[in-house]
Amino acid sequence: MSTATGNAHEGRHELAHYFDSTRQQFESHKLAMWLFLCTEILMFGGLFCAYAIYRANHPEIFLYAHTLLDKNLGAINTIVLLFSSFTMAWAVRAAMLGQRRLLVGLLVVTLLCGFGFMGIKGIEYSHKWKHGFLWGEQFDYTEAVAYASGKGHGDDHAAETGHEGAHADDEAAIHTEVPAATAGDEDAAAVMAELDQAAAVTMDHGHDAERIPRNLHIFFGIYFVMTGLHGIHVLAGMGMLTWLIVRASRGDFGVRNYTAVDLGGLYWHIVDLIWIFLFPLLYLIH
Amino acid sequence: MSTGATTTVDHVDGHDHHEGNYLTAGRGLRSWLFTLDHKRIGVMYLGTILFAFLLGGIFALLVRTELLTPQQTIMSADDYNRMFTLHGAIMTFLFIIPGIPAALGNFILPLMLGAKDVALPRLNLASYHIYVIGSLMAVASILAGGVDTGWTFYTPYSTTTNGAVILVTLSVFVLGFSSIFTGINFIVTVHRMRPAGMGWFQMPLMLWALYATAIIQVLATPVLAITVLLIIAERALGIGIFDPALGGDPVLFQHFFWFYSHPAVYIMILPAMGVISELVAIFSRKPIFGYKAIAYSSIAIAVFSFLVWGHHMFVSGQSELAVVIFSALTFSVSIPSAVKVFNWLSTMYRGAIRLETPMVYALVFIFLFGIGGLTGLFLASLATDVHLHDSYFVVAHFHYTMMGGTMIAFLAGIYHWWPKMFGKMFSQKWGNIGAIVIFVGFNVTFFSQFVMGAKGMPRRYFNYPPEFEIYHVMSSIGSYVLAIGLFIAAGVLVHSLIAGKKAPVNPWGGATLEWQAASPPIHHNFDSPLLLTNPYDYTAQRWDEAEQGYVPVDPEKEPQTT
Ligand SMILES: [Cu+2]
Repeated sequence: MSTATGNAHEGRHELAHYFDSTRQQFESHKLAMWLFLCTEILMFGGLFCAYAIYRANHPEIFLYAHTLLDKNLGAINTIVLLFSSFTMAWAVRAAMLGQRRLLVGLLVVTLLCGFGFMGIKGIEYSHKWKHGFLWGEQFDYTEAVAYASGKGHGDDHAAETGHEGAHADDEAAIHTEVPAATAGDEDAAAVMAELDQAAAVTMDHGHDAERIPRNLHIFFGIYFVMTGLHGIHVLAGMGMLTWLIVRASRGDFGVRNYTAVDLGGLYWHIVDLIWIFLFPLLYLIH
Repeated sequence: MSTGATTTVDHVDGHDHHEGNYLTAGRGLRSWLFTLDHKRIGVMYLGTILFAFLLGGIFALLVRTELLTPQQTIMSADDYNRMFTLHGAIMTFLFIIPGIPAALGNFILPLMLGAKDVALPRLNLASYHIYVIGSLMAVASILAGGVDTGWTFYTPYSTTTNGAVILVTLSVFVLGFSSIFTGINFIVTVHRMRPAGMGWFQMPLMLWALYATAIIQVLATPVLAITVLLIIAERALGIGIFDPALGGDPVLFQHFFWFYSHPAVYIMILPAMGVISELVAIFSRKPIFGYKAIAYSSIAIAVFSFLVWGHHMFVSGQSELAVVIFSALTFSVSIPSAVKVFNWLSTMYRGAIRLETPMVYALVFIFLFGIGGLTGLFLASLATDVHLHDSYFVVAHFHYTMMGGTMIAFLAGIYHWWPKMFGKMFSQKWGNIGAIVIFVGFNVTFFSQFVMGAKGMPRRYFNYPPEFEIYHVMSSIGSYVLAIGLFIAAGVLVHSLIAGKKAPVNPWGGATLEWQAASPPIHHNFDSPLLLTNPYDYTAQRWDEAEQGYVPVDPEKEPQTT
């Protein structure tokens, strides 16, 4: 019995024949993981770059569109991921100290946070889907106009921000007093053609009109690519956590061998970190 | 650089200890396909990459044949568009980017470090498997209707044209992973597996070059990955980021694409320069001149390579300020490149140059790369580029650097390490004849393209005015000569496998560690303790007639008797 527990405490450690020491092996694997994380950051870097360019060129789209995202759900997701990073870091420590049961428990909590995050993301996505707030050619302007008008009564603050955003940019504030159904109206069409840049689709909904900047779909294109790619990374991380849980409960890890947990932790933190950037950039625009 | 020997000095005959070599260490297809041995992975890479080269070469010959006459010659305009696209895509992503690092680098890097393997053999094998999958996808795209966008996949054409654009861009994405894995592996191996006594400045220059290459692979390839993913999203979902009809920005695609693809040309050329740095020193029997300058210039090229992508968009509507800055930065890349060339020439100066086949290729490289590099300056300067942009001048320029540079250095490296890889010597005479035929064919093919490009012949055109016919005919004839030369080069190597003499441990007198391993090496690379010396000190070895190779001079028992 004592040997068995001793084994579990130590973990299985295997030194590959091409390494001289476990330390060399551990450091090699860790360096490789850091390099891989660099590639992840650069891959998202391309998207952040696209984000910066479109936001600089079309600030009115971003100011308006972010009001269509649910800040509360975004904030909850941020907290969920931050908490999961905490449990992951603790799990690495538990692995270092050979606390097997604690390690498994913490990994399970981290995995559950992953499920929570994806669940909330799913709620957000289905909401966008329902209202046609989609990318590029899938974007449904009629639905969006109807939604924005309805929302204008329910959520004053959001509508306010939308208004200010639109007014801040002169060109964005073209306000024609015609319903969208008659957008073919010659006057309106002429004005829109003349000021090609940031015309507005307008709908007179009872008394007050809501403006939707042209090319609003650009924001949602970027939103879905960024959060979608991030979501895929979360899913990959959850797969990795499952694998770690299986191995941890088998007793593979211990004070001598916790490389996999350590590297998995690094990956999970980077996924978390990317979300920490995505949340303010997409949800909290001023 | 320090000179003294540091590690154990033992008998380093490296004679075959009758335990078989890495080629015979396991039998059967599975022992190859699932091997973790870097040497076997390198050899498999070599075979697959050369097959891709053959495929890309066939497409090139078809393109050249079509261009023999000003009108349609052998294929329709649409087929022609598919041909040059496939030629470009296959040569770039399947042949020249993985070429030297994945095939020669995999074989040679751990040997040069005196290590038993790379730091991450599983990742190495995964990289090969991914490469094969990506290559099959690229080939499948031919059957799925082909792609006619050019290898650069410019939007909005690539997002609107018919054909298998999604499949071929996905294959680029997959191949990118293979490249990243190789890069990560090499960086980690160089950092963590250097033997005691080999500091950074005692490394062979080939390792510096592979290291600098790996940095670019790791930092640039992810940007290509996201770019092709966006193209796929654009085509599959209509995401609108690059599509002007949806308010997107097609020039943004060009920025993304070239942010990878300019550094990618240094992924191609840096390892080639590494090969040449080794060869010039060995075959001049002189220590490399300016070791540190060559080492640092590799890193400088890697850094600069990330700052010049805008030179591909001088006429795409960049701001004038950006254009001027990119032009200046592009000129500055020529400095570290020229540093290397001058150091090679200084190494050869007053050296005992031996015109053995690898060296002949190295000289061809220096000549052709010189022309390729100097004509790059015409394209970097703004006024001339407006005229030369998208003309055959550009085509000739990058073929002089990529084919005249990298492919020639690849051949030089293959010939140089062939005896180590397969334990056989090839016919030097026929090797040299092949090199000369390639040299002549290459210049006839591409020099005429400089002329017609400067006269205004645009690239990628199917028809052309009759006054360009003479240049096109010359270029096509040259391409046939070039193909014959390449077949001679391949034939020499194949012949050596069948009828070549057994290679000695050190046929060229190299001082880097791989020449202390048996030819071919055993499964775990080295069977006796290594003698670590200055990699460019050739005084500690002498030609041995009986061995038909170089043997270390034993300072105690001189002269040595066998
Ligand atoms: Cu370039």
